[in-house]
Amino acid sequence: MSVNTVVEGAPATPVAANAPLLEIERLRVEFGPADAPLAAVKDVTLSVAKGEVLGLIGESGSGKSLTCRSALRLIHQPGRIASGSIRFDGRDVLGLSGSELRAMRAREMGMVFQDPFSSLNPVFRVGEQVAETLRVNLGMSKKAARAETVGLLGNVGIPEPERRYLSYPHELSGGMRQRIMIALATAPKPRLLIADEPTTALDVTTQAQILALLARLRSENGMAVLLVSHDFGVIAQVCDRVAVMYGGHIVETGPVEAMYSAPQHPYTRALLESVPALDAAVRGSERRTAIPGQPPELSEQIAGCVFAPRCRFAQESCKSASMRLEQVGEAHASACPVRPFADGRAGAGGAAATAVRVVPDVAEEAGR
Amino acid sequence: MSDSPLLSVQGVVKEFGLRQSVGERLRGRAAGGHRAVDDVSFSLARGEVLGLAGGSGSGKTTLARCLIRLVEPDEGTIALDGVDVRAAGGRDLRELRRRMQMVFQDRYASLNPRMTVGAALLEAGRVHKRPGSEDGERFVRELLERVHLTAGAAPRKPRELSGGQRQRVAIARALAVGPELLIADEAVSALDVSVQTQLLNLFLDLRDELGLGIIFVAHQLAVIAEVADRVAVMHLGRIVELGTTAEVFNNPVDDYTKTLLAAHPHPDPRARESIAQ
Repeated sequence: MSVNTVVEGAPATPVAANAPLLEIERLRVEFGPADAPLAAVKDVTLSVAKGEVLGLIGESGSGKSLTCRSALRLIHQPGRIASGSIRFDGRDVLGLSGSELRAMRAREMGMVFQDPFSSLNPVFRVGEQVAETLRVNLGMSKKAARAETVGLLGNVGIPEPERRYLSYPHELSGGMRQRIMIALATAPKPRLLIADEPTTALDVTTQAQILALLARLRSENGMAVLLVSHDFGVIAQVCDRVAVMYGGHIVETGPVEAMYSAPQHPYTRALLESVPALDAAVRGSERRTAIPGQPPELSEQIAGCVFAPRCRFAQESCKSASMRLEQVGEAHASACPVRPFADGRAGAGGAAATAVRVVPDVAEEAGR
Repeated sequence: MSDSPLLSVQGVVKEFGLRQSVGERLRGRAAGGHRAVDDVSFSLARGEVLGLAGGSGSGKTTLARCLIRLVEPDEGTIALDGVDVRAAGGRDLRELRRRMQMVFQDRYASLNPRMTVGAALLEAGRVHKRPGSEDGERFVRELLERVHLTAGAAPRKPRELSGGQRQRVAIARALAVGPELLIADEAVSALDVSVQTQLLNLFLDLRDELGLGIIFVAHQLAVIAEVADRVAVMHLGRIVELGTTAEVFNNPVDDYTKTLLAAHPHPDPRARESIAQ
């Protein structure tokens, strides 16, 4: 899978070489009173190219959900987009009128949330909910919408779509409900699908099916996807490019292969080191290194690099670091000014399996 | 330590009645039961972690709850250190439950929001008249240190703590009564990976330092691979595969285990061909 993004030096803004579909620049999302705001998203710049799958990974509170919701202007009071710009296919999303925004949400951007149950209306049949979207948003007739819906349900892998059209949400399993949500979000063939933790509430076997479905819809429709997850395993299965978020900032972004085999930011590396793995049983009694401490609270003010308090490579200079993404490789940028892995990069490329599990000697830090 | 297992479970069955329609009830049709736990047997040694894996609805949580009779099992025998759990009542059952403690997934629901951490820990210790609980401050401090928290957590309320800290407090609460068996039901599932790893290492510390037997229920196979000595895979109420973690994960025999392992999302993007395309 080719990576169609380059990172330019000065403003550290990853700009898609191939026409970008979604461009978020210097986004800041705030909560709380205007005179003493709390910023959940501090300074985020990212872009998704046409047909590209970008994975946004981070822990809870990192601002990943708010970032992707901002693209649809789905930030509710008391949250607000304080500054920055969002462009979708060249149009200024923040400047759209109510009806223009509705039209964009209806036809061009779809969104799938983590919890498919609270996104569906419990008192209407699922098929009717999908058909209603087609009628209202695409102006289809009742009959055409019904026929189209049955086709859509079949396409997202729902068996007996004619019968399932008549089911209520509570009659379906979590996986089936998520398929309905995907059918609903992709019905108008949007150019961008935003999926916020779409598989987190599902079993692994169902999760694999949903990820395969997203990958198939993407290749069939040429749809771009912004996939939000806390699980690098999920990201690795479907994404072309990954952006890692921590404390309201993107700390590293790059092609998925490079991010896995040669992560440059200490947080990305630590995150990969803490992913539980099936081969743990073979490793025997060796314990996994845990990142000490915990992610910053919203109210915490950290000067310089937000990860520095938990970082084992932190230096005095980190307290005044800018968090700006600097190019570290092809289409690969990291916000770490220390760059502790810079020289090991060439060698690490081929030895992915070992590269992510370095320095077991700091294991004693774990759990403190 | 004796050679006899800490916990021995034989042929445990739990059936839930299915809801019937009015028509079915009028016609007097026998209620078809759903066997949530179907003839399950296993044993657990002291200082051993047994992982209980399975998808949602596989019966793993029901089984865990049967063990301490939060859910009454219908059939089978459960013995903790030779004492029949199902036959016990009153004071005996209370003592058994002291020896078997549970840690739940939802840390909000398992801690009293109005009690400080210290008060909650001390109450648990005093109710069971634990040695050392006369000196409240020291008792609490030692428990908090055991789960790698500082004494500074004692005067706080649960809502002032982060998710990982709250789960540590829930573990300390369980430890306050001096259990021999810890049942952790999805205890790390809702936590971020970095915090999850810290907690997994904590469970291993408790196994090694206190010699606890731990039943670790989780739907994430990789989490079980990290902590468990042995693993039992449940499917439709039955244990379909049981063995050492290395054995089960390297050479799975059962088809369901194989399906679960194949569906695991590997963090290496080069492994994706198996799933997506």
